[in-house]
Amino acid sequence: MRSTRPVLVTFLAVIALAATACGSDSKSKASGSVTVFAASSLTEAFTEMGASFEKANPGAKVTFSFGGSGDLVTQIGQGAPADVFASADDSNMTKLVDAGNALGTPTVVAKNSMEIITEAGNPKGIATLADLAKPDLIVVLCATTAPCGKLAASVLKTAGVTVAPKSLEDKVKGVVTKVTTGEADAGIVFVTDVKSAGSKATGVEIPATQNRVTNYPLVVTKQATNTTGAAAFIAYAASPDGQTILAKYGFLAP
Amino acid sequence: MSDATRSIAPPRRQGRPGRPVGRERLPVVALVLAVIAVAFFALPLIGLLWKAPWSNAWSLLNKAGSLTALRLSIVCSLWATALSIVFGVPLAWLLARVEFRGRGIVRALCTLSMVLPPVVGGVALFFALGRRGFVGQYLDRWFDIRLPFTTAGVVVAQTFVAMPFLVLTVEAALRQFDRRFEDAARTLGAGRWYVFRRVTLPAIRPALVAGAVLAWARALGEFGATITFAGNFPGTTQTMPLAVYLALESDPAQAIVLALVMIAMSFAVLIALRDRWLGAVTTPAS
Repeated sequence: MRSTRPVLVTFLAVIALAATACGSDSKSKASGSVTVFAASSLTEAFTEMGASFEKANPGAKVTFSFGGSGDLVTQIGQGAPADVFASADDSNMTKLVDAGNALGTPTVVAKNSMEIITEAGNPKGIATLADLAKPDLIVVLCATTAPCGKLAASVLKTAGVTVAPKSLEDKVKGVVTKVTTGEADAGIVFVTDVKSAGSKATGVEIPATQNRVTNYPLVVTKQATNTTGAAAFIAYAASPDGQTILAKYGFLAP
Repeated sequence: MSDATRSIAPPRRQGRPGRPVGRERLPVVALVLAVIAVAFFALPLIGLLWKAPWSNAWSLLNKAGSLTALRLSIVCSLWATALSIVFGVPLAWLLARVEFRGRGIVRALCTLSMVLPPVVGGVALFFALGRRGFVGQYLDRWFDIRLPFTTAGVVVAQTFVAMPFLVLTVEAALRQFDRRFEDAARTLGAGRWYVFRRVTLPAIRPALVAGAVLAWARALGEFGATITFAGNFPGTTQTMPLAVYLALESDPAQAIVLALVMIAMSFAVLIALRDRWLGAVTTPAS
């Protein structure tokens, strides 16, 4: 009897998933499927968060769709099946809320700041933001449509540095890929991106006077099919357990 | 020249002179399915037209960067098509005509980029041709050639994903072509190259044009490999699909206008080419 229980739970979870996927779920429970649309800078931290949330809530299944925050707002506006939206900045969250696609007010669960990312070991010896202006360096930034691009532009402006980037990536992971594969010498990304790149990249801190801090607000979407599950996920992210995971990946407490 | 080639081209089975193909009647089921298929392609286009901001379309199109991206897209996709023809036709010839061990593997290899997710293709190009790539590091060191973040890199990425469309189309035509025409020309004293130019090439012209158009269309729409391998910078590597994608996040109305321009352009080319080249060969000579 005991040994059949995990099988049964899996079975029920699959049914719940199928039911929500078909949109025929009449009354949502704390369990079931929760679909989270999250900014790509949350990829590693939220993947672990999802596994840990599922462990804490047997019967719940979290599915992620990671992408640029602006992209996700567009997708949700077009009716994408998101229960939770996790933005990498306030302005994209405001866009979603203003469009009437959010339920309730957003909860900030984490903060992040910017850092210079260089190839492993920092072979070009980059020490400050001003070094990024050197003409022989290949610097890659995010496009200003992405939060990382807006923040990088603001950081550079504060520091009074003009950079000629070789590429304006659509999302932060594009910058990370270009630097970790050695195609670019440096870029400006979130502190957490440098951390999750592990040994493939080295970070150069940006002084607090020049740096910018960004919020990560989470909200239940208007079209959520599992509002209870969505609220539970947001609460979990804000709980001590969730905060421990976020801190592990370099996020700052809200 | 075309009269001579037409007379030696293999006889066509369908389309007897005087009987338009359009008169043929389809079984009702097939007709219904075909109409659904047409709707399937037409509806998204209608959706774009429906959502298009017609009142300020012109000003959106003239917004900084749009026309630069359009020009870059045209130039790069034409280069990619040219390279696909230059390298793809000999490759198709090799695959169709030369028996060698591992031909199936070579064919699969050369068409791999059709099934590879383009972003993965872009990363793979990094590992091969990037600054730290196993070939790219020598390009960088010995010849000072760097492909990532350059317009040449865009052409490389586009060619990588587009060429298989030409190779497969031309190879199929070469296989179907009756080699006795080539043998006949050969016995009349024509050299290998002459036979290829004057007999084989004219016979496979429709397939070559179709393949080139397919490759061009694929190159024009290429996104993933381009943004991964070449990056995104206005004027050097930002092609239309990249501009559309980025505009979608900041200004969806502009994205729709740009997308419609791309569609209109491709549409015009596809229709014009079909009438000019494919049509000329498929309609019976009067």
